[in-house]
Amino acid sequence: MFRDLSSQEILQESWRIIAAEFPLAIWETVYVTVLSTAFAIIIGLPLGVLLVTGEKDGILPLPSRVLRTLNGLINLLRSIPFLILMILVFPLTRLLAGTVVGTPASIVPLVIAAFPFVARLAETSLREVSPNTIEMAQSMGASPLQIITKVMIPESIPSLISNATTAITTILGYSAMSGIIGGGGLGKIAINYGYYRYKYLIMIAAVVLLIILVQIFQSVGTRLAVKADKRIKVKSN
Amino acid sequence: MIEIKNISKQFHTAEGTVEALKDVSLSIPDGDIFGIIGMSGAGKSTLVRCINMLERPTQGSIVIDGVDLCGLPERKLRKLRRDISMIFQGFNLLMQRDCLGNVCFPLELAGKSKPVAKKRALELLDIVGLGDKAKAYPAQLSGGQQQRVAIARALATDPKVLLCDEATSALDPTTTNSILELIRSINEKLGITVIIITHQMSVVESICKHVAILDNGAVVEQGEVTEVFSHPKSTAARRLVFPEGDSDSLIAGDAEQRFIRVVFNGARATSSPLIAKMAVEKGIEASIAYASTRSIGGKAYGSMLLSIPGGDGAVQAAIGYLTQTPDVLAEEVTAHVS
Ligand SMILES: Nc1ncnc2c1ncn2[C@@H]1O[C@H](COP(=O)(O)OP(=O)(O)O)[C@@H](O)[C@H]1O
Ligand SMILES: [Mg+2]
Repeated sequence: MFRDLSSQEILQESWRIIAAEFPLAIWETVYVTVLSTAFAIIIGLPLGVLLVTGEKDGILPLPSRVLRTLNGLINLLRSIPFLILMILVFPLTRLLAGTVVGTPASIVPLVIAAFPFVARLAETSLREVSPNTIEMAQSMGASPLQIITKVMIPESIPSLISNATTAITTILGYSAMSGIIGGGGLGKIAINYGYYRYKYLIMIAAVVLLIILVQIFQSVGTRLAVKADKRIKVKSN
Repeated sequence: MIEIKNISKQFHTAEGTVEALKDVSLSIPDGDIFGIIGMSGAGKSTLVRCINMLERPTQGSIVIDGVDLCGLPERKLRKLRRDISMIFQGFNLLMQRDCLGNVCFPLELAGKSKPVAKKRALELLDIVGLGDKAKAYPAQLSGGQQQRVAIARALATDPKVLLCDEATSALDPTTTNSILELIRSINEKLGITVIIITHQMSVVESICKHVAILDNGAVVEQGEVTEVFSHPKSTAARRLVFPEGDSDSLIAGDAEQRFIRVVFNGARATSSPLIAKMAVEKGIEASIAYASTRSIGGKAYGSMLLSIPGGDGAVQAAIGYLTQTPDVLAEEVTAHVS
């Protein structure tokens, strides 16, 4: 199937398509990924906080039924395959975006799929804060809200940044998948040209660009996390 | 004045009920340095956490300056905790904040403005001798320095009481001494009541005025440090004073022998030559029944138990001779079992 890849004509045509469609596709992929991640964090981080503080011996215990329901909902959403979830949330997508196709509409299922994942990642990060540190804050009269905003979140910032990086790269993958059902961006191009029209060169170019985007997000995230971490010993001459 | 009245604390766990505290009563006068000593698992941390109500006692009451804490709602307790600061074995600094930020932390909690908090924090860092480390992060400091930052932080809200839960247990003896020295000077200068929780005799001996011995959740002995340690009555106290365990039989065995407990608190002398010199200069042939001393940087730390032959005169002479050396304490130990 790759036999005629190198023919001059195909190369020229592919290049024309790439030059015409890729800039917009890259932009769509990036903004959908970044916006979806942002919304997923806005919903997922508070839930992650509740998962940690709401435990029986946490700083803000929730009724055990509430906590169980929250855990159950998160597990449920995480176990539905993304493609099926996209179809399941069509009514919600239509309600919020007015349509189920197009780039903005794909943000809805992406956020629904990502926020439970983000909640779990946030939970793991926040659990890294030592109970002794929390006890210290309590001994100084900190309120639960102060413990969350001044101790738990700031103390786990490096870990939260690493996990946000994991989230954004995963969501990038999902956003490409959303190209199958109406979503825009590089995923849509890869599917439209590669799967429906057998223009493999375009598909490969789209995939390579996705890989490059993941690499960029990952290395920026890792660098930020390391830079944020004050536990790393800095040699003071 | 802190009055701990008949408090008990039970924990209900999967394995059953743990009685961490059993009918504990103590009163701690203002301005005191009060030691609470006991083996690991004796209930010391639970007791100290009851004093600031991080743990609510199952029974009994904690009264500080006439206010019964057990009756207070959580909101009032939070405010009151600014008067009862705490330092910990693991320092518990915020690792993502620099020293200045750590000392500002309790001031921020109390709603102080940034400039006010910063000014006070810098003063406190100066007091603990770390004025130049304001911008350093905890990971860049030694254990002793980290505990100094924790002390500065604990002083930020002008507390009336300082609770120290094994505050020196993670530190080497020299650093321990400098931290204890700092706590002592804070107690003297600021009049803060200090409660020291420890499993180390040497800590109590070098700084506390009063001591309570906690064993298996109950106070088995309390009083002035010299009194409790020179006449240990309970088994738990005797185990602390004679860590070898077999000293009971050793002391009880010989009616002719009298015993002196010698404590080295950084004395510029090594223990054995001191005993040898005493034999030469005073003719007192003391034998060492038990010794646990260490020499650090030319200074001796630890304690030893001497057996002294021949009556009152010899005992008095030996105590007189030994205590001439600075930082050496010596007192007779009686052995009657109650
Ligand atoms: N939160 C808790 N739940 C169950 N048991 C506890 C808890 N805290 C302390 N204990 C138990 O209470 C006893 C006293 O513990 P602690 O006060 O920490 O002793 P110490 O500080 O003297 O070593 C121990 O047996 C310990 O296992
Ligand atoms: Mg303890």
